[in-house]
Amino acid sequence: MEEYLDTIKQIITDLHPELDDGDRDGLVTDGILDSYDIITIITQIADEFDAVITADRITPETFDSAQSIAELVDEILNG
Amino acid sequence: MLFTSYAFIGFLCAGLILYRLAPVKVRPYILLALSYYFYAHAGLWCVILIVSTSIVAYVVTVRMDNMTRARKEFINANKESLSREEIKDYKAKDKKRRKLVLVCGLILTLGLLTVVKYTDFTIANINSLLDLVGCDSKLGFLNIIMPMGISFYIFGTVGYMIDVYREAVQPTHNPFHTALFISFFPQLVQGPISRYGDIKDDLLSPKPLKSDSLKLGAMRILWGFAKKLIIADRALVAVKAITGDPGTCSGAYVVAGMALYALELYADFTGGIDITIGAAQMFGIGVKENFVRPYFSKNVAEYWRRWHITMGTWFADYVFYPLSSSRFMRKVSGTLKKSKLPRRAAQRIPVYITSAVVWFATGLWHGASWNFILWGMLNFAVIMISQELEPLYAKFHSRFDRRITCRRGEDKKLRMRFEKLSLQERMSRAPYKAFAATRTIIILSCLRMLDCYGNVGITFKAFGSIFTSIFSGGTPSGDAVSGITTGFSAFFDGSMMTLGLTGYDYLILLVGMLTLFAVSMIQRKGSVRERLFALPFAVRAALMIALFTAVILFGAYGPGYDVGQFIYNRF
Repeated sequence: MEEYLDTIKQIITDLHPELDDGDRDGLVTDGILDSYDIITIITQIADEFDAVITADRITPETFDSAQSIAELVDEILNG
Repeated sequence: MLFTSYAFIGFLCAGLILYRLAPVKVRPYILLALSYYFYAHAGLWCVILIVSTSIVAYVVTVRMDNMTRARKEFINANKESLSREEIKDYKAKDKKRRKLVLVCGLILTLGLLTVVKYTDFTIANINSLLDLVGCDSKLGFLNIIMPMGISFYIFGTVGYMIDVYREAVQPTHNPFHTALFISFFPQLVQGPISRYGDIKDDLLSPKPLKSDSLKLGAMRILWGFAKKLIIADRALVAVKAITGDPGTCSGAYVVAGMALYALELYADFTGGIDITIGAAQMFGIGVKENFVRPYFSKNVAEYWRRWHITMGTWFADYVFYPLSSSRFMRKVSGTLKKSKLPRRAAQRIPVYITSAVVWFATGLWHGASWNFILWGMLNFAVIMISQELEPLYAKFHSRFDRRITCRRGEDKKLRMRFEKLSLQERMSRAPYKAFAATRTIIILSCLRMLDCYGNVGITFKAFGSIFTSIFSGGTPSGDAVSGITTGFSAFFDGSMMTLGLTGYDYLILLVGMLTLFAVSMIQRKGSVRERLFALPFAVRAALMIALFTAVILFGAYGPGYDVGQFIYNRF
C-alpha cells in the first residue's frame, strides 16, 4: 500500500498546492476536496495504477485522506 | 393541506397525541396512516401514484436483497471448493442480475416521474417543431395534474433502490415500512430528500421519545412560521406585482424584484424546511439539515454545497459520480489524453461534460420548461468559468493582497511593511468574506430571474431594462403619464409603494432580514435552539412568546395577502 501513498499525496498537492503535503485527514469533511477534485483523483489513479474506482466506492470516508484512498486502491487491486 | 394552515396545526396536534399514546411498536403504522391521511388531501390520484411507487420500491429492494443473501450463502457454503477467480466471477454475475432488477425499478419510478411531469413539455416542444416545418396538425396536451412532492419522493425512492443495489443499506422486508419511508408526511411538501440509511432507525424502530424533542420541534416550527408568514409571504406581494407586469415594472423595479425574491426564496424554503424538521423532531425523527447559511457562500459552487444540500448530494452520488467514473467517460478521458490537448484540459473536459449533464438534469428537475433548463446551464457556466479562472485569481491576489504591518526597527523607529497574504489568510478575512458573499448573492439573484419570471424572453428583456432604464435616467414611454420612474430615483420617490407594500411592510422586511442575518451569525458557533435552552426559563419563555406574538401580529395573512404554498412545492 505504501507504494500508492506517495503518488496519491502528490496528486492531492498538485490539486491543492496550499496544502503543505497531501498527508492530512478531513480532505472531504473539511471541504478541501470538491466533487471535481475527487473525479480528477479517480482519473489519475486509473492512469497511474490501472485501478478503476466505481461510483459505489466513492464515499466521504474513502476520500477523506491520502491513506484511506491508498487503502481503497489496495483493496481494488489486491482484493 | 398547507403547512401554514389551522388544519395542519390541528392535524399535527392530533397526530402527536395518537403517536405518543400508541405502543412503540405500533408507532410506524400510526405514522403511515397519518402520512396517507395528509397526502390524501392532495387527491386520490396522488395517493395512487405514491402507492404504486412504494410497491415498485418494495418489490425491487426485496428482490435485490434476496439475491444478495443467496450469493453470500452460496459463497459461504462453497468457500473451500471455489477458487478466487470463480468467486469473483460469481459475484460479477450476481451484480449483473441485480443491476437488471435495479434498472427495471429505475425505469418504472423515473418513468412515472417523466410521464407525469414532462409529457406536456415534450408535446409543446414537438408542436413547436411541427410549426417550424410548417405542419398544421398539433398534438393535444394531456394536462396531467402533477402530484404534490412527486419529485422529492421519487428521488428518495431511487436513492433507496440504488443504495440497496450497492449494498450500502439493508432494505426492510416490511411493505408498510417501505411505504412509510417514501410517504413520511413532513417531507412530502418540499423535501428534504432523505436517505433510507439516515432515517430508518428513527422512522421504523422508534425509541421512547425524549422530553426535549417536543419543545425543540415546536420551537423550530414557530421559527419556520415566522420566516414564511412574516417575511416570505410579505415579500411575495411585491415580487408578484413586479413579475406580473414586466412592461411597466422595469429598471429599478427589476433590481428591487431580484432583492426581494432572494429574501422571499430564502425565507420560504428554509422556513418550510424548519417546519419539516421541527414536525419530524416532535415525532422523535431526525431529518437531515438542508441548508448551512447558503448566503454566506464565497462562490456559486460553495452556495450549491450549502443550499438544498440533500438535492445536491443526491445528484452528486447518483448522477455525477456514476457518470464520471463510467466506462464511457473513462474512454473519453483516455482519448483526450492521447490528443494534443494540454494535460489540464484533457483532465477537466470529461468532468465538465458530466457536470453539464448534471446541471441540465437539475434544471429539468426544478421544472419542465426552458427557463429552468437555461437556469441550470447558466449555473454550470458560472461554476465552470470560476473554476477555470481560479489560477488567474490566485495570481492576482498574490500580487495585490498585502497586509500592512507596523513594527519597530532596531533603531526603535516605527516601520511600515507590506506583507504578502497567504491564500488561507485572504480567504479568512472578514472584508473578503463579505465581498465574496455579496458577489455570490448578486450572481444568483441574476440567475434566479429565470425562475422568477418563468419565461426566457421576458427575463432577458427585464434584465436588459436594468441597464437601459437605470443608466438612461429611466422614464420609458408611457411611464411619464402614470408618474412611474424606472431609474434609481424610484428607490426614493415613493414608487416602490405602488407594489402592494407600505412603508410599514418594508420596515418589517428590513427587520426580518436583519434578524435572519443575526441568527445566521449566531448559528456559526452552534445550534441557536440549544443556546436558547441554556437560558433561564423566564427568558426563554419570553422570547418564544415574543416570536409567537410577532407571527400573529406581523404575519402576512388576511385581506390583500395570498397565503401561498411553498415555492419548492411546485418542483
